Amino acid sequence: MTRAGKWVADHLVLGAGLMVLLYLLTPIFVVVLMSFNDPASRIGYSFDGFTLDNWRQPCLPNGLCESVVLSVEIAMMATFFATILGTLMAFALVRHRFRGRSGVNVMTFLPMASPEIVMGSSLLALFVSSGLAGALGFWTILVAHILFCLSFVVVTVKARLAGLDPRLEQAAMDLYANETQTFRKVTFPLVFPGILAAALLSFSLSFDDFIITNLNAGQEVTFPMYVWGAAQRGIPPQINVVGTAMFFLALALVVAGEVRARRASRV
Amino acid sequence: MSAASLLSTTPVASASKRGASRTAYILLLLPLLWLFVFFVIPLVSLVSTSLYDPAGSLETGYAMTGHVQNYVSVLADYRSHILRSFAYAAAATIACIVLGYPLAYAIAFKAGRWKNLMLVAVIAPFFTSFLIRTLSWQMLLGDQAWFADALRFVHILGPDGHLLATPFAVVTGLTYNFLPFMVLPLYTSLEKVDPRLMEAGSDLYASPITTFAKVTLPLSMPGLVAGTLLTFIPAAGDYINAELLGNPRTQMIGNVIQNLFEGGSYPEAAALSVTLMAVIVVMVLVYIRRAGTEELL
Repeated sequence: MTRAGKWVADHLVLGAGLMVLLYLLTPIFVVVLMSFNDPASRIGYSFDGFTLDNWRQPCLPNGLCESVVLSVEIAMMATFFATILGTLMAFALVRHRFRGRSGVNVMTFLPMASPEIVMGSSLLALFVSSGLAGALGFWTILVAHILFCLSFVVVTVKARLAGLDPRLEQAAMDLYANETQTFRKVTFPLVFPGILAAALLSFSLSFDDFIITNLNAGQEVTFPMYVWGAAQRGIPPQINVVGTAMFFLALALVVAGEVRARRASRV
Repeated sequence: MSAASLLSTTPVASASKRGASRTAYILLLLPLLWLFVFFVIPLVSLVSTSLYDPAGSLETGYAMTGHVQNYVSVLADYRSHILRSFAYAAAATIACIVLGYPLAYAIAFKAGRWKNLMLVAVIAPFFTSFLIRTLSWQMLLGDQAWFADALRFVHILGPDGHLLATPFAVVTGLTYNFLPFMVLPLYTSLEKVDPRLMEAGSDLYASPITTFAKVTLPLSMPGLVAGTLLTFIPAAGDYINAELLGNPRTQMIGNVIQNLFEGGSYPEAAALSVTLMAVIVVMVLVYIRRAGTEELL
């Protein structure tokens, strides 16, 4: 191939990749844009005029802020429990050989491989058949969220643990650290970024879940359920304010993490 | 033994094999109990709900009559929804491969110092809500949007043609929502490919296309298989895109299950749910065997 031909071929793939990225990012621009929308009517979804009012009064639509608070509460609790349970499981799977290990591996993989609607409806079937149909609400949502976050925590922490150099821990032991000291000073700090990543992933999965939550929520309304309800009645622009705020908060966290990691690797 | 020492027991440091496996069981006790009570038992209770006599209701209770008839009737009533779900999911998965492969390839081999930035861009959609992003497509595909205008201008779309509320819109939404799940495993696989293998291919007079087909593509198979499963499975069970971007004739199996549950028809909803799960399990097993990557599980 000629040099010019190679240049074109090289940049063709990159160009195609960038086009696909544009497809992925376009809806985010729409969310940011619509957070400044001054809608002409409640029905229809088009940009009618620029205003800052939505940002000044994000809690104006009835129930919006309550739903965000509920989602944050559930996401925090689900993250806490799923991260602990999943980390224990990841340690067992990576650090120990035991009978039934492959079975346990399949068990952690299965919830990720089942469609949300199946997981949600089986939980509902359980709650209903154990007479909890009337008790659907905060606690049933929490149980469901811990369940689907758990597998993702196991996978994330496992990846981090499997990538650890075992010689670091051996070195600590050689230097007369006992097991507790080795864990606290060497193992845990090394695994911590994986646990943190798993916690962030859990939080966003929980905060964003709709299909499973919708089946098991009873009368509670989480943020995604609020959005769903609004989509049927007309979407208040404040929903996009929440979406935009979430986006920049998460982006800031990821960028901060990246900067820290770079600084640490330079030292 | 303190909790910390339970976790720190390395294979090397463990005193005895039996002690190590006992530690493993202690660590696994709570998580496995959770998975058993809230994943395995619910699946069992889903199957048993699907066999209840549909004459009952939540208030009066259901009679367990081993009513296999539920399956016959949901398969007869909702066959088109089932077929449609798998057709849409397949179309979205293929679209994800076509769009995701070049992107993953570009990030792995062509991005240079922009690699991390591009990876952040791939996961950026997750930073904001799935539902709000899907709603954005209502605007992007709407009749007033420039995209529909452009297609009308080049006569791909008739003067009265719509994009929104069509199968095209539903598949676009599904593709969009699950694309990162294709790109990330593909990227992970491609990243591990040694570029020298590709150079060797061209040194041996293979054309770039032959090198790709004989070297790069086979080496990226694990990522492709994982990506296909991660897009196809959730897409087949999704009902959000069909509801927000489609019309009543584009409803998928998820819409039906959700509507049946809301309407209180638990046995039928459960039967349909079990059917969906069973079809997916069979398809996944056949697919993995065909693709020859059993180590994936």
